[in-house]
Amino acid sequence: MTKVTMTVNGKSVSAEAEGRTLLSSYLREGLGLTGTHIGCDTSQCGSCVVHVDGLAVKSCSVLAMDAAGADVRTIEGMANADGSLGVMQQAFQDHHGLQCGFCTPGMVMAASALLAENPTPTEAEVRHGLEGNICRCTGYHNIVKAVLAASGQDMPAVAAE
Amino acid sequence: MHTFDFTKPSNIADAARAMAAEGAQALAGGQTLLPTMKQRLAQPDVLVSLTGIPEMKGVCMGEGGVHIGASTTHADVAREVARYYPGLAHLAGGIGDPAVRNRGTMGGSLANNDPAACYPAGVLASGATIVTNLRKIAADDFFQGMFATALDEGEIITSVIFPIPEKAAYVKFNQPASRFALTAVFVAKHAEGVRVAVTGASNNGVFRWAEAEAALSGDFSANALKPLTVDAADMISDLHGSAAYRANLVKVLTGRAVTAAA
Amino acid sequence: MPKDTGIGASTKRREDIRFLTGKGAFTDDMTLHAQAHAVMVRSTVAHGRIVKIDTARAAAMPGVLAIFTGEDFAAVGGNPAGWLINSRDGTPMREPKRPVLAHGKVRHVGDNYAAIIAETYEQGRDAAQVLADDTQIDELPAVIDMKAAIADPSNRVHDEIPDNLCFDWGWIEDNRAAVDAAMKAAPHVVTLELTNNRLVPNAMEPRASIGEYNTGTGDYKLTTTSQNPHLTRLLISAFVMGIPENKLTVVAPDVGGGFGSKIYHYGEEALVLAAAKKLGRPVRWTAERSESFLSDAHGRDHVTKIEMGCTKEGDILAIRTETLANVGAYLSNFSTATPTFLHGTLMSGPYKVPHVYVNVKTVFTNTAPVDAYRGAGRPEATYSIERVVDMMARELGLDPFEVRRRNLLTPDQFPYQSPVGLMYDTGNYQATLDKAIELGDVAGFGARVAASAAKGRLRGMGLSTWIEACGIAPSNLVGVLGSRVGLYDAATVRVNATGNISVMVGAHSHGQGHETVFAQIVADKLGIPDSSVEIVHGDTSKIPFGMGSYGSRSLAVCGSAMDRAMDKIIAKGKKIAAHMLEAAEGDITFEDGKFSVAGTDKAKTFGEIAFSAYVPHNYPLETLEPGLEETAFYDPANFTYPAGAYICEVEVDPDTGRVEIARFTCADDFGNVMNPMVVEGQVHGGVGQGIGQALLENTTYDENGQLLTGSFMDYAMPRADDVPFFAVDHSCSTPCTHNPLGVKGCGEAGAIGSPPAVINAVIDALHRGGITHVKHIDMPVSPNRVWQAINA
Repeated sequence: MTKVTMTVNGKSVSAEAEGRTLLSSYLREGLGLTGTHIGCDTSQCGSCVVHVDGLAVKSCSVLAMDAAGADVRTIEGMANADGSLGVMQQAFQDHHGLQCGFCTPGMVMAASALLAENPTPTEAEVRHGLEGNICRCTGYHNIVKAVLAASGQDMPAVAAE
Repeated sequence: MHTFDFTKPSNIADAARAMAAEGAQALAGGQTLLPTMKQRLAQPDVLVSLTGIPEMKGVCMGEGGVHIGASTTHADVAREVARYYPGLAHLAGGIGDPAVRNRGTMGGSLANNDPAACYPAGVLASGATIVTNLRKIAADDFFQGMFATALDEGEIITSVIFPIPEKAAYVKFNQPASRFALTAVFVAKHAEGVRVAVTGASNNGVFRWAEAEAALSGDFSANALKPLTVDAADMISDLHGSAAYRANLVKVLTGRAVTAAA
Repeated sequence: MPKDTGIGASTKRREDIRFLTGKGAFTDDMTLHAQAHAVMVRSTVAHGRIVKIDTARAAAMPGVLAIFTGEDFAAVGGNPAGWLINSRDGTPMREPKRPVLAHGKVRHVGDNYAAIIAETYEQGRDAAQVLADDTQIDELPAVIDMKAAIADPSNRVHDEIPDNLCFDWGWIEDNRAAVDAAMKAAPHVVTLELTNNRLVPNAMEPRASIGEYNTGTGDYKLTTTSQNPHLTRLLISAFVMGIPENKLTVVAPDVGGGFGSKIYHYGEEALVLAAAKKLGRPVRWTAERSESFLSDAHGRDHVTKIEMGCTKEGDILAIRTETLANVGAYLSNFSTATPTFLHGTLMSGPYKVPHVYVNVKTVFTNTAPVDAYRGAGRPEATYSIERVVDMMARELGLDPFEVRRRNLLTPDQFPYQSPVGLMYDTGNYQATLDKAIELGDVAGFGARVAASAAKGRLRGMGLSTWIEACGIAPSNLVGVLGSRVGLYDAATVRVNATGNISVMVGAHSHGQGHETVFAQIVADKLGIPDSSVEIVHGDTSKIPFGMGSYGSRSLAVCGSAMDRAMDKIIAKGKKIAAHMLEAAEGDITFEDGKFSVAGTDKAKTFGEIAFSAYVPHNYPLETLEPGLEETAFYDPANFTYPAGAYICEVEVDPDTGRVEIARFTCADDFGNVMNPMVVEGQVHGGVGQGIGQALLENTTYDENGQLLTGSFMDYAMPRADDVPFFAVDHSCSTPCTHNPLGVKGCGEAGAIGSPPAVINAVIDALHRGGITHVKHIDMPVSPNRVWQAINA
């Protein structure tokens, strides 16, 4: 075991890790930040997405030691300073972009990284940009709406809405 | 995962030394290797991270074309190569998903040579040169069948040099689950002729479709492919597509790539 | 005008705050002092005799605390099937024991025959690998194909079951001769053989369980990923472990989706309890996704031959089906009900069909157990009917919309006694069909076909008019049908002294939004703000009882129980008010949160009544008890019958066979709607899963029983770019006639109605494109399959 230090949600933290400790385990077990979830073992589902140095990554496929010294942001660090929901979080609530809530942290992290890269995406760009995040509950309808809303764009004219 | 030691050298020489250890394995972006290790299907004794080596990262124009550091992520290639070589940047932007592209690297993809990976097609069609810590390897010599390459034990890909074709396009047909290529085709029209590289389709890994290259070198249009047939004999047949289906895709996608490039 | 609060308002979900900030509490998120980790050792062969498990080496490994094998549970009970089904000849189904850990034989890849308990997860994994190496299993031929399983009696999943048949069920057996005669006399008969593809539910949260045992009190606690903790407690107590219910608490905290797969009790739950007792420490287990693929109950997996007799004008005269239903290696809790009473009873659909007969043979195979998955039996029935109706229209050269209109039940025909045992209470199937036609812009379809053709794509439109039986269900009826449990639900409304309310409900929310929607209903009825109501669910120590959430039953059954409990609260409140206001109880009215003496301005607020109930100075204690808390158990009089019409438009790329969903329109009748936002979300999700089944998802075992689709690398889950925005409507409402809220349930509709709409659209596209030799393609219509069909 070695002490691994990094910045998580703006604070310098350290916790014990082995070589084989994944960033996801380091966050969940080492730091108790259990908002980051593990939904698969093949790097497909995206429930574990966090930001490392500003980029969305699957924390189940990054070694904690490989992220030593990095600036990491997790779902626990997405709210505003006063504790209110951040823009993307609020859009997810406003548009019912979550049901069971399990994929949600990874989805929010992926979506916010998407807007950081492309502030006014099209519907197709949102869908393509979220292809690494699987949701089983929503049929993605309200997730895509939420992301478009968070981008400040008018909702597309969808039939029956 | 089994236990292993982890080391993260900051230059190529140190990396090469680390790779000389018994049971050492290079760790690039880890997007394939780490899931494999989680399944306990690989158990290296030492993992040598290649992501902390500045000289292995970045994109620049140089002799022979665009030079891309082996540890450059797919996302960076998609962003930074677009102005030099849009066809290749487009390929990089379609690998995996955004989070995978932020970690996965060109070197890692090439060293693994997954038969359904995207980069091998881009490298082969471009006639790129793979630069290692020891030598330069031509793309035509590098790929040696599924998961097999010309790399020696411990040899590290440090960069890849891509000549820039006159026209190029990559068309990928996704395997619906993994989003790897069920079949994908990279077509590159160079001054000296057309190169067509196919990934995802063959039991022998990435390959060049010689008949299409000949036909397209005379007439760079989808029409030129019409008389050709693709032999299904060596094609992969699995849950997601029969050999005949993949053979069909090779032709259809090549045509679409030519149209997209033209 | 949409309402702002209460029933009918799209109130934003309160539970979202914790999920959006990483503060959800899922089972695997919990860390307990001195916890140990369980790792399952699973069979890598589909069928084999366990010859020897040598635990010595593994037991001596670092961190290993205990090893369990099937032998340790030989003396305890098995995990039972919840429904007893009789075969056509009256003999009861065959029910092999389903042990906590495989004993004697392993029967599917992933069957767990041992468990390692270790200090850390990785140590457990290390030891599991060694134990697997030290285990001798003599492989037996695998029974995989259902037809072969029946045909070859020498190869048995269970030694005591000679033909691998669980039962051979006829519904309704007495109608068989009449159906045969009607079919023979029919001017036209359409025949279709189809497969309803096997699916892996894949809730995003893998199953997880934590067992605790208090050596001082003898109390057990199980924290687990369950859709119905009370049933899990009941099964562990009454059937498996014999732990008294009053010594066992089952908690299902935040649960990350279920879709059926978390209804059932699984062996790992018993295992962690036994291990916790043995070690005197909490023992936790969390499935890897690859374990989920191998060991969660799968869904569907029917092979059906359906025949439809009709007139040349398209009037349906008779339906006859023969189905082989795969139950896998063991009977999961609802596995025998799903292909029978949740399937055969729906085989007349929303149509007036004089004669219907259903035969289902349920088959054991060396595959993971198969059980209810979103829709459970009803998607299979709907798919069979809606495919064959479409085929009938095509064969007879009739318009598929008109054929349906011709056969749909009309509003004046309700209540309607179907020929397969159900009494539909209410509906207006023409209204939802008309709404779907309008919303789906059927009029503009021709222009869209042309636009697609200009891109080299074939466009098609598919329709599905469907019905389901939900809100399961009346205990008296399911008892007759073989259920071993009752299917009521319960709620306790506890008014606290300061006037706020805790409602303990038997339903369990794992995405459905009960915490918000149930609170809306309570607030609406009691005239208090939503924020004064807290919904408590998922803990057997806090809740009177419950049968959980599945079968679109939460609102229709548990919501009704809650409504009844509120009636009792109001009645008690009136007594208190009568006392406080010195009036006759009969003169007290309750409205807008106030108890008033009719015809006067004398009134007490709800809060004043509540406070008085807990500060009962001067109460006439002979006639008025202190306190304000009421419980109701609600057992419905009937199923509910949601119905609707779905229209799908697809584009097919004829060169690659790729199908894209271009438009999807849903017009549903769910009865009264409590929260439109939540209801629409449920439809979106169901349609997403239905499209997944139709286009993408398939579970494939090879002939040796190896699961070829054992991860997200090969099992294609729908992604954001596989689906479009959906147009959904629920305005054509015919409220349920027999529950107090008039609700029907909306959770499964999307998954039931959508698959046939997709496939009908694909066949339509091919025919419009001149590819008329393709009569049917089995789901999923992958690019490969569509291309093969085009080029056949």
